[in-house]
Amino acid sequence: MIRRRPGWFGVALGAALAVALTFLVLPIVAIFVDAGPGRLLAALDDDASLDALRLSALTTAIALAIIVAVGTPAAYLLATRSFPGRAVVITLVELPLVLPPAVAGIGLLAALGPKGLLGGVLEDAGVELVFQTAGVVVALCFVASPFYLRQAQAAFAALDPRWLEASRTLGASEAATFARVAIPAARPGLVAGLALAWGRALGEFGATLMFAGSLQEVTQTAPLRIYDGFAEDFTGALALSGVLVAVSAAILLAVKLMDATEPLGRAAR
Amino acid sequence: MRVRMRSAVGVVAALAIGLGLASCGDDDDGGGAAGGPLVVSAATSLKGALTDYGETLDPRPRAQFAGSDELAAQIRQGVKPDVFASANTKLPDALHREGLVEQPRVFAGNRLVLAVPTDGGRVRSLDDLDDAGVKLAIGSETVPIGSYTRKVLARLGAARNAAILKNVRSNESNVGGVVGKLTQGAADAGFVYITDVKSASGRLRGIELPARLKPSAAYGVAVVKGAEHRDAAVRYIDALVSGAGQAELREKGFEPAP
Repeated sequence: MIRRRPGWFGVALGAALAVALTFLVLPIVAIFVDAGPGRLLAALDDDASLDALRLSALTTAIALAIIVAVGTPAAYLLATRSFPGRAVVITLVELPLVLPPAVAGIGLLAALGPKGLLGGVLEDAGVELVFQTAGVVVALCFVASPFYLRQAQAAFAALDPRWLEASRTLGASEAATFARVAIPAARPGLVAGLALAWGRALGEFGATLMFAGSLQEVTQTAPLRIYDGFAEDFTGALALSGVLVAVSAAILLAVKLMDATEPLGRAAR
Repeated sequence: MRVRMRSAVGVVAALAIGLGLASCGDDDDGGGAAGGPLVVSAATSLKGALTDYGETLDPRPRAQFAGSDELAAQIRQGVKPDVFASANTKLPDALHREGLVEQPRVFAGNRLVLAVPTDGGRVRSLDDLDDAGVKLAIGSETVPIGSYTRKVLARLGAARNAAILKNVRSNESNVGGVVGKLTQGAADAGFVYITDVKSASGRLRGIELPARLKPSAAYGVAVVKGAEHRDAAVRYIDALVSGAGQAELREKGFEPAP
């Protein structure tokens, strides 16, 4: 970069950044400062909060496992094959990225609720989602999977097609090429997508509340506990928020570090 | 803070005019020295009645509806609506003791009923609530509807109370959540106000509770201290307690203040 003396434009840019930074960081700082670290830690020692964190860990883990199992081959197909309507399919699977959570919640109710499109089918099959932990997982998958699909598709698309061809010429089957060549080569992108999906799932609130309800140990994840608790126990809600901030920051940092180290790692290979 | 904010807005507006751009000033006058409409924070169960009441007023107040406990928490965090209308008297009284609102007044009563979806047949009376597999959605403990519900259940005796609470599948953060879970057929029954059954346009059926169980739900309203539109807030509450507001409340099924 060329260093030059800042003119008025440079000052304006700096001011804009300062405004943005202050605005974005202030609420996060306030979470930790408002009550102080000691009281925050003490407030975390609460059954409902601990149950909520445990449930959040469990449901996001299950949701991510499902997302990876289904999303990886789906993204591979989208990235490596062309077929009529591909652009439409990509748009459709990315749509939940921009949907308001309340829309996701009401959509899930309309589709999978007892009176929903598939409500009768699910009931006959003995599958219950509303008010169940499984319902939380469904809501998480719905809102978080597009993050993974998008990233995974980009990662597969960025692979050099000659590698895949070479693998096939050497006699590996399509499946073996996918498992042994494509996935390892695309791994950094897949992991980044996974982290983003995790972050989104961890923060999911509206769709869960509308579709799965809110009950301690069953459907009350950490964000729902924060909402339920803030009226009565503001410090407790702050403490739980602090945990989510810390975990989300760790996820983001991990993704950044992976981004930063990857080109070097690739060059060394 | 607010003053500085407004002067900043003023500077921007002046610049906009200076540049020959279209400018928009204050939309309406709240009837006081301060700009903007009267701001009302009210319990979810008041939505129908206060919306209709608001439409009779000029300028129309801006009302936001949520669980009374959440609105009280906002006021404790420094949010200043002009009027706070709660589905109980406990929260306005508490805020009054904390010096955050003026003397609260009771303006309406409501009746708790057991509500079931019109097309649902699983629950026909209170006796069915502890049947195996019955799904209940009730208000969470902190919101008035939830605390009234727990009072009713406690009066059924410890054993039945525990058995019924086992069937609770969701603790909703306001009464609207309970209504939604019922009309969607997700829950078989829940406790709501009679006014909610009336405004659900036929999708809910209310089962009256025996008189010995009924908790008295009294609604309290107060002017928030430091309200920007204090005069308008006082007039709003006066008419709510004994004027045009009462007609709208009665229309929606509210009872006179107990």
